[in-house]
Amino acid sequence: MKKILGIAGLFVAVFVLTAVLAPRSFLQPYNLENLTERTALFGIISIGVAFVIITGGIDLSIGSVIGLVGTLLPLLLTKYGVSVPVALIAVMLLSLAIGLAHGLLITKLRLQPFVVTLCGLLVYRGLARWITGDQTQGFGNQYDGLRWIATGKIPLPFLDEFDLPFTFVILAAVTVVAAVFLNKTIYGRYLLALGRNEQAARYSGINTDRCVILAYCICSVLAGVGGVLFALNLNSVQPSGHGNFYELYAIAAAVLGGCSLRGGEGSILGVVIGQAVMRVLYNSITLLGIPTALEFAIIGAVILAGVIADEVVKRLASRRRAAIQARDLARGQPASKT
Amino acid sequence: MNEPNENAPLLEVRGVTKRFPGVVALDRVDLKLNCGEVLAVIGENGAGKSTLMKLLAGIERPDAGQILLEGKPVEIDSVQTALSAGISLIHQELNLADNLTVAANIFLGREPRRCGLIDRKRIEREAQAHLDKVGLRVSPRTIVSTLSIGRQQMVEIAKALSTDARILIMDEPTSSLSQQEADALFRVICDLRAHGVSIIYISHRLGEVHRLADRVTVLRDGRNASDLPRERINHDAMVKLMVGRDVSQFYHRTPHEPGETVLEVSRLVVPDNPRHAISFSLRRGEIVGIAGLVGAGRTELLEVLFGVRRPLAGRVKIGGKPVFMSNPLDAIRAGVALVPEDRKLQGLILEMTVRENIGLPGLWRHRLAAGFQNKQRERRDAAEMIDKLAIKTPGAEQVVQFLSGGNQQKVVLGKWLALAPRVLLLDEPTRGIDVGAKQEIYHLMDRLAASGVAVLFVSSEMEEILGMADRVLVMHEGALTGELPRDEMTEEDVMQLATRHVAAAG
Repeated sequence: MKKILGIAGLFVAVFVLTAVLAPRSFLQPYNLENLTERTALFGIISIGVAFVIITGGIDLSIGSVIGLVGTLLPLLLTKYGVSVPVALIAVMLLSLAIGLAHGLLITKLRLQPFVVTLCGLLVYRGLARWITGDQTQGFGNQYDGLRWIATGKIPLPFLDEFDLPFTFVILAAVTVVAAVFLNKTIYGRYLLALGRNEQAARYSGINTDRCVILAYCICSVLAGVGGVLFALNLNSVQPSGHGNFYELYAIAAAVLGGCSLRGGEGSILGVVIGQAVMRVLYNSITLLGIPTALEFAIIGAVILAGVIADEVVKRLASRRRAAIQARDLARGQPASKT
Repeated sequence: MNEPNENAPLLEVRGVTKRFPGVVALDRVDLKLNCGEVLAVIGENGAGKSTLMKLLAGIERPDAGQILLEGKPVEIDSVQTALSAGISLIHQELNLADNLTVAANIFLGREPRRCGLIDRKRIEREAQAHLDKVGLRVSPRTIVSTLSIGRQQMVEIAKALSTDARILIMDEPTSSLSQQEADALFRVICDLRAHGVSIIYISHRLGEVHRLADRVTVLRDGRNASDLPRERINHDAMVKLMVGRDVSQFYHRTPHEPGETVLEVSRLVVPDNPRHAISFSLRRGEIVGIAGLVGAGRTELLEVLFGVRRPLAGRVKIGGKPVFMSNPLDAIRAGVALVPEDRKLQGLILEMTVRENIGLPGLWRHRLAAGFQNKQRERRDAAEMIDKLAIKTPGAEQVVQFLSGGNQQKVVLGKWLALAPRVLLLDEPTRGIDVGAKQEIYHLMDRLAASGVAVLFVSSEMEEILGMADRVLVMHEGALTGELPRDEMTEEDVMQLATRHVAAAG
């Protein structure tokens, strides 16, 4: 809970700061709509990777899954004339299969998640480029109905100028389901437990392999959902570049939002807010006229500062606790004078 | 060697106190060691032996008190200062880089160099001299991992001698040695003593202590219980001082008749020791101990019975029905529970709360529709276990890592008792916990047995086996070498069975 307050505080700070420094452009309804949309798209994939990070793993292949799904969907629809539901089901099944493959390799062959998903990153990117002959894919002028999912906006009753992007509704739904799953079901508890100590979890009768596989499936499926939405949103998908680096944005948001790469820790809402912080930062770099060449450096520095602050707070807390314990001990044990 | 002061002992510890969060490990402890003496330091788990040795070896620093060397106070603030003072600790777990040669290990970290490169010839020549001192006939060029544990231990001793150690501290050196290897070690110890080396010998095996020690210092609950001179060293005196009360009361047993057979193991082959098949059975209300040396395959046997490892062959029947356990979940469903050897690694999720740890194995059984957690049930179970096992914690929401070892162990027990198992497997249930908690755990084992649970426990503490078990199974190198009923159990008989294979061959 404290962690969520921390990241929410950071969000408010970054938001207000940008609003004060660039009031005209930042608070434009168009800009805010855009920001919301980007947050939603990236938020969905961040939630996915959060599950994997909670198990103590990592998924580096997210960007390439987005690239592969994003090129396959228009290709299936426009070139092969597959119907919309079939195409959607096909790419979702593909994402699920990718997650399943990762999970099986990691649990049954005991390969390292880093290695497995790094290979995934290379393989899926290569496949996306090969299947499409490296040609940019898009939906043209068709499929406006389908594209509405990723571009549509819903007018809000009390805000005349700001329309809510539909992707945000999707994000909200995914967030709620993911948070309930993580915090209220036994599987969520299993994931948190095995992320802390896989052996103890196994000795408590938890089928840890199955849980880890599940986490990788969730991650890849949400990456697939992200892939579909990004493609529909952009309508122009470059096989070589679409989704590049997205896994790192997702991981960064998860870490910023309170996930520990050591596993066992994390909150879904924190991850979503973490992603929102990153999006506002991006936006502010453009709006404040900071050279975009500095983009990565600034994002990196902010994340690092956040993680350092978190660690410092943690140390102070544990030092205080140790001091209290030492004092209690000294009181409770009058026999052992120093 | 320096001539010691007229009256001052070689090493003296005066009023040393050491606290850790939650416990006073040492409370004003004194210790004296004379030149060329073998001093045995004994005490139960958690009595403070290891902490005291760590202070002497510079691994930990005392909060209060003095350490004197030949009458002069010294500050041992690092392993380096301890070594230069001539104090060398040989850990229970060997600290060798087993991918390197014997010679490389002996000189690890202080390799003599020539032109900036390691002078291998010199290392090997000097290593040979040290190996001769401990009577180890292997080439200094042997890779350590190819040596038996006993020989690796000799390498450790040779390494200590190479630093001109005057004081050798041995922490349970025989816990994983065969009888022959132990005999060889004893010869080396006597030889070193004859050459003026002083030895602090820590052991649970009172037979060894009797054989070797010139004097015994007994620790109990982090304090000095007493010292025994050579002529007063005998088994009963040592046990009485270690336990601090009448043994029969400490190991609480209420008489009860064992009921029908619950667990039946026939011709079970544990994957780590495929040459032996194990058969035994366990009855309701029975407490059975498994004794043996470290590495005898006891933990592996329990892990097979709990589904952590799969057996290569054999059958397990529980309540008369054959059970196939491919993972712990199967075992739990069949009514088996395991309190594992390393509670921090296998027993608990340290960063989670008491409630979450106790609830973990039961989540599945008590789950609600669609896999939702039954939080009410979890809270109730946690509260019940805290109450029943007298777990000292500020509340069910306390994070487990802040509890003392004894209370952590009670949380592990609570995890399983909440599921009401029929067979309770315990692996070193009292390792590293204080005497009070120990006694509570013995009481609990007794109570569980009285309520009809079949209890099977592994222990390396002879007193615990002799005190608690209705029957003892003894293992050696993966084989079940014997079984003794309560009225025939003696330390000698158990030890003989625990090293039987070697004894028969020699």
